[in-house]
Amino acid sequence: MSARVPLPRWVDIALLPLLNVVLAFLIGGIVVVMVGQNPLEAVGIMLYGAFGYGSGFGYTLYYTTDFIFAGLAVSLAYHAGLFNIGPEGQAYVAGLGVILVALGLNGQPWFLTVPAMVVAGAVFGAAWAFIPGYLQAKRGSHIVITTILFNFIAVSMMGYIISKILKPANVGSDESAPIDAVSRVPQLRLFWELFKNSPVNISFFLALIALVAVYWLIWHSKFGFAMRALGHNPTAARYAGISNAKVIMITMALAGALAGMVAVNNVGGVQGRLILNFVSGAGFVGVAVAFMGKGHPIGVALSALLFGALYQGGQELAFSMPGITREMIVTIQALVILFTGAMGDMLRPPLERIFGPRAQASAGDA
Amino acid sequence: MMGYYTDLILILDSTVRLAIPLILACLAGLYSERAGIVDIGLEGKLLGSAFGAAATAAVTGSAWLGLLAGVGVALGMSAIHGIASINLKGNQTISGVALNFLAAGLTTFLGQSWFHRGGFTPQLSGDQRFGPITLPFAPELANVPVIGGLYSELISGHNILAYAAFIAVPVTAWVLFSTRFGLRLRAVGENPKALDTAGISVTRLRYQALIITAVLVGVGGTYLSIAQSAGFNNNMSAGRGYIALAALIFAKWKPWPALATCLLFGFLDALQFRLQGVQFPYIGEVPVQAIQVLPYLLTIILLAGFIGRAVAPKASGIPYTKER
Repeated sequence: MSARVPLPRWVDIALLPLLNVVLAFLIGGIVVVMVGQNPLEAVGIMLYGAFGYGSGFGYTLYYTTDFIFAGLAVSLAYHAGLFNIGPEGQAYVAGLGVILVALGLNGQPWFLTVPAMVVAGAVFGAAWAFIPGYLQAKRGSHIVITTILFNFIAVSMMGYIISKILKPANVGSDESAPIDAVSRVPQLRLFWELFKNSPVNISFFLALIALVAVYWLIWHSKFGFAMRALGHNPTAARYAGISNAKVIMITMALAGALAGMVAVNNVGGVQGRLILNFVSGAGFVGVAVAFMGKGHPIGVALSALLFGALYQGGQELAFSMPGITREMIVTIQALVILFTGAMGDMLRPPLERIFGPRAQASAGDA
Repeated sequence: MMGYYTDLILILDSTVRLAIPLILACLAGLYSERAGIVDIGLEGKLLGSAFGAAATAAVTGSAWLGLLAGVGVALGMSAIHGIASINLKGNQTISGVALNFLAAGLTTFLGQSWFHRGGFTPQLSGDQRFGPITLPFAPELANVPVIGGLYSELISGHNILAYAAFIAVPVTAWVLFSTRFGLRLRAVGENPKALDTAGISVTRLRYQALIITAVLVGVGGTYLSIAQSAGFNNNMSAGRGYIALAALIFAKWKPWPALATCLLFGFLDALQFRLQGVQFPYIGEVPVQAIQVLPYLLTIILLAGFIGRAVAPKASGIPYTKER
């Protein structure tokens, strides 16, 4: 193996990830061709479904909101060297916090209930992520395994709480009592005609604020420095006087709080009640979003938008082209994780040959 | 008294049935993790091979070709995992996560495109499945008290893949602790550099481990769809790959404890069905979720070091780079 050649910055942060995403989509396209469908037609329908009309665009932004929060929850932890596969469970448990305060304050105007839901969602999400953080920091249990296990524990625990405790006697399906319309997170269609019939709500702006806040936290705060130091070299961080255990636990709690905002968007903004398995994979999409976005808020925003468009467009696709089901999106998601995450350096050697310093030098000679 | 005994035999019998895919997946994970490759992708491989087996059996009418396809799918997925984590030195956890999503997405997508049954494959019957094998004298001994039931219900009447799973345990123990290959396998997971210095190829050894992993988990997936059930349905692995991973940690990466743990987790699974609606004195009904959650809770408690210590092979998860 040759030593890693430094690439020009734009190649490293833009071209390489872009090529990886293109590769993922190409292979996805080949799969679509293999089952006898036209991938270009599919892309056209998806683009129209995602951006072509108001309520489609509203749905895209609604999914994007979820994916920004979940993507940030994975990214933030990753900067501290922690692979958080738990946003799915963290968001699910946060749903409990959101519904409890919302039902407690039921009937109050939204400007009172929404901040309460945000705080409760953050606290419950943070608590659920804190336990794996504590186990990693103090007991050395591997965070990947514990966050996976906590996803499963969340499913069982929430299943019991929703179906046996929160479910009102007169309701048939497994869900909590509803939140009054005035107490829900306001939807943007109240202010913009464009978004009629779509669920995008003010959580979207919360997501944009979270992007900026996470950027500031990681690169412009003292704690962010400690986090990155831990992520790069735990031994060096310890010698620099950083308490690694403390940083791990706080980082995981913050990640869980971010994941918890998925519940504000969903439970507080759209469903208006806590339903079984409401997260339905958004937490896992966060893993793809984080790797595709290289853990940077700008990258996270762009890849969350891409996945938001894929989810909404995929919905549209299932109507227009019955040969293609929504699961094709999960396949694309997998390919994106594979090519931008696990095989992210596959295209590096050829790029090094084109853009590396040696190539530059020989070009200078000629 | 006799009633309780029959009940016990029935619960143990379903324990065995539910434990088989866990045993196969757990042993599969054991080979790759002992060789230093973390395999979060067991879940996806189980699901992928279950689909491959059922689809092939449905089309060709042969359970054996189904088995071949099931193992083939697992081999293909292992190859991706190998390229990502051995050749490209990528992050093994990410690769495994990607494989899990890939299987979840592709099986449903292809299933719907090929069979148009909402992700299900056609119902299988006869030669398309692995049927129960009646061991010699099982019917004759069935009426003998105590051992009769034990033999004819619990030991006899499983399919060939189930027996293969149980045989795989002593074989794995022997390979791992009594052969040269096993010694090297354990060494490559603890200290790959030492092996490299001795002139043994780390890459080759890790690929060999991944191949064994694929064969075992492929048999496990095949068992799910064409032995235990009569066809594939959406997400039918239902977290068993993760449970197997938990069992592997719980068993501290050793074959016999792995068998015991998988049987324990299978027993909890069987109990969960059995206890539905049963009223206990003082406690009342035990919620299903409380039993569902036990394997995960037990593994967390173990991982936290409250009951012994689970120490993974030292080099697991770390790509090996030769120095220049």
